[in-house]
Amino acid sequence: MAETSTTPASARSWHPVARYGDMARLWVRAELSYPASFAMLVVGSMLINALDFAGIAIMFSSIDSLGGFGLREIALLYGATGVGIGIADTLIGSVERIGEFIRTGRLDQMLTKPVPLLVQVCSDRFTLRRLGRITQAGVVMAWALPVVDWTPSRVLVAVLMVLSSSALFFGLFVLFSCVQFWTSDASEFANAFTYGGNTLTQYPLTVFPRELAIALTVVLPIAFVNWYPCLYLLGRSDPFGFPAWLQFCSPLAASVVVAAALLVWRTGVRRYTSTGS
Amino acid sequence: MLHVAVASRAFRRYSTYRAATVAGVFTNSVFGVIYSFAYLALWKANPDAGGYDAVDAVTFVWLGQALLMTVALWGGGATDDLAERIRTGDVAIDLYRPVDLVGWYLASDLGRAAYHFLTRGLAPTVVGLLLFDIALPDSPVAALGFALSIPLAVVVSFAIRFLVASTAFWLLDASGPRILTGALAIFLSGMSLPLVLFPGWLGTLAEALPFSAMIQVPNDIWLGRHTGLDLVGALAFQAGWAIVLLLACRLVLALATRKLVVQGG
Repeated sequence: MAETSTTPASARSWHPVARYGDMARLWVRAELSYPASFAMLVVGSMLINALDFAGIAIMFSSIDSLGGFGLREIALLYGATGVGIGIADTLIGSVERIGEFIRTGRLDQMLTKPVPLLVQVCSDRFTLRRLGRITQAGVVMAWALPVVDWTPSRVLVAVLMVLSSSALFFGLFVLFSCVQFWTSDASEFANAFTYGGNTLTQYPLTVFPRELAIALTVVLPIAFVNWYPCLYLLGRSDPFGFPAWLQFCSPLAASVVVAAALLVWRTGVRRYTSTGS
Repeated sequence: MLHVAVASRAFRRYSTYRAATVAGVFTNSVFGVIYSFAYLALWKANPDAGGYDAVDAVTFVWLGQALLMTVALWGGGATDDLAERIRTGDVAIDLYRPVDLVGWYLASDLGRAAYHFLTRGLAPTVVGLLLFDIALPDSPVAALGFALSIPLAVVVSFAIRFLVASTAFWLLDASGPRILTGALAIFLSGMSLPLVLFPGWLGTLAEALPFSAMIQVPNDIWLGRHTGLDLVGALAFQAGWAIVLLLACRLVLALATRKLVVQGG
């Protein structure tokens, strides 16, 4: 960190990732200057998420399986989607507040600066407090790992699953936050897809009707967050009778969603006109 | 009269954000659909879990979505204004006014709750009725009991949120306690899972705490699980917590006023 302040501006890398890192560091330093508040928020974040899984675990005091899946198998699904949305939320969660930036005129300020707009929006108020969610989901996932009969190919699919899950949620956050370029006070709309997608993928897809399973595969590919790769990890055949190769398609689905999100983001920025405030 | 005026202004203030309301109704409905299917799977595996049947369980989901914003389970509402005014020191102006501070903010929060009930309460319920098999109150008494229990649920929730906001008198920033309380409220009110499924002592504890007055009690009244004297008891449980917590608000406010120092005097 010391070297950042001593390096002359001209010698700095203008790569967007480096810029992102600089701004994130600033926010972390600001956050850590109130240690008591920070500690309470981290504990709060972990508690929220721990209680979230407790709700599912308590369900299993009255049942043995939900949609044909046991508690540990559901913990695997839960962990994969939780780590995914946790990473996406930590890195780019601020994109949800784009409507606020538009209303207050901060977006205009950002547009004048020589750093990509998406990088500025995403790094704004970067907070380590969101690590609480990743930690909790990681613990749940670690507890679920023994349920898998591990092979090298399954390890590979598991790693790709976590990366794709993060990328898919990254895409969903950006894609649905762009709605605010059109209606700046409808930020909650995105929650239905981001946090809704997270809640939905905490359950096995078998609890939903077949039509919804098809829609979540083809229209809005949220099922690739964890469902298809987990079927492979658990060595299960597809309960809906869908083809087995779908179980390897998570990276592809993530790429498509991220590409769509970046396209919509560009369209949104192009049509953006300042509120004048 | 004054309190009615405060409440109606709060109602109108929230009704300004139409797009936000539509987006919120949409989100409530999506979560309603997800939880309905999850609960249907649960009650398929155990058809009388917790003494509910599958229709009761789905009804519980949609009533929960309807009450979520009405009782401001996550926090928010008039008490957020209070927390901000304590932080900035504007609360000194509130304390100058010749009206009781708790009553003022309660009136404002009831106005907000009325707006949220009529929009984010009713609209998702209609969506639920169209998509799923939902139980309606089977007697006028149950319907009346439910109608009485909603304002009581709002008052209990308000008093808890008021106490949380009051921590700003000491901490300056109430966002830590606000998030912690929100998490507890979601879990212990029955919002994340009906309390009837909670095993043993955890269930007993959760049902005795004031959080259950926000979701679980009104829902059980709608479902006809409290009848006759038991219904009176359920409403008295809510009213009892409302009174105790409002008195606690008064006490905390009196303590806070004594230590309150505003810049300049």
